[in-house]
Amino acid sequence: MDSLTAARWQMTISLAFHMVYAAVGIGLPLLLVMVEGMYLRTGQEQYKKLAKKWSKVMGLLFAVGAVSGTALSLELGLLWPAYMEIMGAVVGHIFGLEGYAFFLEAIFIGIYLYAWDKISPLAHWLSGVVIATTGMLSGIFVLGVNAWMQQPVGFEMADKVVTVTDPIAIFKQPLWFYMAWHSTLACYLSVAFAVAGWYSYLALKGRNDAYVRSGLIAAMLLGGVCAFLQPMSGDLLAKFVFKTQPTKFAAMEGQFKTEKHAPLRIGGWPDEKTRETKYAIEIPGGLSFIATGDSTAEVPGLDRVPERDWPNIELTHLAFQIMVGSGTALMFVSVWFWIAWFRYRENVLSSRWLMRALIVCTPLGFIGLESGWMVTELGRQPWVIQGLMRTKDAVTPVAGVQGMFVAFTLLYGLLTVMVIALLWKLAQSSKDGEVAK
Amino acid sequence: MISTELLVNISAAAALFGMMAYGMFGGADFGGGVWDLFATGPRKREQRLAIQKAMGPVWEANHVWLIFVVVVLFTCFPRAYSKLAIALFVPFHLALVGIILRGASFVFRSYQAQEPSDAADTSIWGVVFGVASIISPVLLGAAFGVVTEGLIQVKDGQVEAHPAFWLTPYALANGLLALVTCAYLAAVYLTNETQGELREDFRYRAILAGTGTAALAGIVLALAWFEARWFVDRMLSPRALPVVIAGLFCFAASAWAVFTRRYVLSRVFAAGEICMLILGWGLAQHPFLVYPDLTFETTAAPHATLLFLVLSLPVGGLLLVPSLFYLFRVFKS
Repeated sequence: MDSLTAARWQMTISLAFHMVYAAVGIGLPLLLVMVEGMYLRTGQEQYKKLAKKWSKVMGLLFAVGAVSGTALSLELGLLWPAYMEIMGAVVGHIFGLEGYAFFLEAIFIGIYLYAWDKISPLAHWLSGVVIATTGMLSGIFVLGVNAWMQQPVGFEMADKVVTVTDPIAIFKQPLWFYMAWHSTLACYLSVAFAVAGWYSYLALKGRNDAYVRSGLIAAMLLGGVCAFLQPMSGDLLAKFVFKTQPTKFAAMEGQFKTEKHAPLRIGGWPDEKTRETKYAIEIPGGLSFIATGDSTAEVPGLDRVPERDWPNIELTHLAFQIMVGSGTALMFVSVWFWIAWFRYRENVLSSRWLMRALIVCTPLGFIGLESGWMVTELGRQPWVIQGLMRTKDAVTPVAGVQGMFVAFTLLYGLLTVMVIALLWKLAQSSKDGEVAK
Repeated sequence: MISTELLVNISAAAALFGMMAYGMFGGADFGGGVWDLFATGPRKREQRLAIQKAMGPVWEANHVWLIFVVVVLFTCFPRAYSKLAIALFVPFHLALVGIILRGASFVFRSYQAQEPSDAADTSIWGVVFGVASIISPVLLGAAFGVVTEGLIQVKDGQVEAHPAFWLTPYALANGLLALVTCAYLAAVYLTNETQGELREDFRYRAILAGTGTAALAGIVLALAWFEARWFVDRMLSPRALPVVIAGLFCFAASAWAVFTRRYVLSRVFAAGEICMLILGWGLAQHPFLVYPDLTFETTAAPHATLLFLVLSLPVGGLLLVPSLFYLFRVFKS
């Protein structure tokens, strides 16, 4: 394995790992604010019990996310020093803003987790609000840097050195706005459906008390709203990518030929050798319509760029299909749940098929999140900064990347096993929930 | 219009300030891990519980200072940062492994315990926590040493550095000095958060670590005389010397305060010691970010980037300082 491959894999493992915890740090505080707010309003015990339980989960996952995030802030430079040199000079200040937001989040998470009995209930709830807000902002700022990597703006270079910068330019980059929406919603979806899945599991095991009901409803409120907003944000983002990164768009859709009246492909496997996407269900004119609003419009294919500028088309297309598929499934299940709720109210928890469907959906939010991230990042290859710097030119010249990759993979593997075991233990100790009827 | 030179210096000062804060807060966290590992005697469990109680709410915030320093460095001095990232690839990676394991094992241990007090028992994750708390400050301190030793050279934009240069006696002595300083700081802070015999335990540990700090400081100085002479000369220059003396005075004063059981004073002086010594280092190092080839001036980002970051500092400060104050008031008063 050469340095480049090892560095890319280490980055993949580190980001894929961290992303789960980052999403929890964005989504779970919002759910906590919801249930703790309900407790303050109604005084019903089950809400407080939910808040206590979820805050334990948050305490565990936030700690792991905080250290893996610290690692990432250094890994970026350690693995990709040449990239860092340009990125730091042009949009490093966005990481600075992320730093402030994350700092606030870390401060208030300490207060939230440890000061239940030390500060007033309102102050406690407000620190939850601060965590939810700063968590969301941290994510959005990181996306700003990613949006810049997709479409670099705001600088001039001479002889590989950044000479002039415009730190405000990135704020006017529309891609950031579209990505921020799409990704924040994805974090909420991941957490909401993971939580909903757990309470559906308890419901399927026969529990239908206020505790389980409230947990499920809170999760499905957040999940339901986001599941509906997500396709819209995805559509806006896709249209923008079509205009600005046509190669990535073509890879996502498996569009090899430039053609008018391009079909929308559902599923399928793009074959780079024969340059066609096989086995897909094709909706004639669908892709042209999605990209432009006109089913006869021309969609530029991968034939427009030389093969050396192609991303990995198989993986990009596959990841895109998985993302859209999981998002669609979440939307349908949300509709099902809320229709059932309005018809059957509390009895909805006895609907075994619905509960089973929700259990199946437990990982789908995270799967959508990870695969969406893969679309963004794989689709940008072979560039690390689109059109400016190739990934292979950014990698560190230091020998021994392979060793670090192995060490980090083992480390993150160990942490994953441990986190799962501790979450399971935490779930088993849910005696506090049993009594609330 | 603010001059670029001024912006460069403010940015450098911001990074230095971050290091001081990381030393003062993050350093004590590392030290807490050391005393957790070496908890002994009849009050072993109580010692660990006191450390956990002191660290629990604040350790995550304390470690954001490291991120702050890193972000200021790569934003304001990107061309120096990329060279440092190449030269310090191995020690930084290992320090990261330590930082990850440390944070993770700290929560794993307490989540694994059936009862909160069980987390004070000797366990695998407890040992991991302690060992990681030793590894990280040693490596970060060694990196400090490498930079002051002038071992990272840059010729025609290429980094010339031996892969194992962070294993020189001087660099390792710096690492050990960082470790015992962290241990000293933690022990002094803990005397402020405990009572009775437990407090005597930590007082005893503070005296032990303080002696170690003094001894290692002497060794580092002696090694520096041969290995990093330019740095010694600059530490003795009129600009840095008063601050270095102030740092040594603070150290002596905090040691005296520990001896005479004036705990609040010892805490103030111990924190002052860290700040003054890091400040003295910064003043001696300036204008070099990495001696002898990289200065702050020549590796700085363009004017507009620096200006944005510098202007963001008071805004960030306005949000962070009251929040930090609130955090410490809730848990540390």
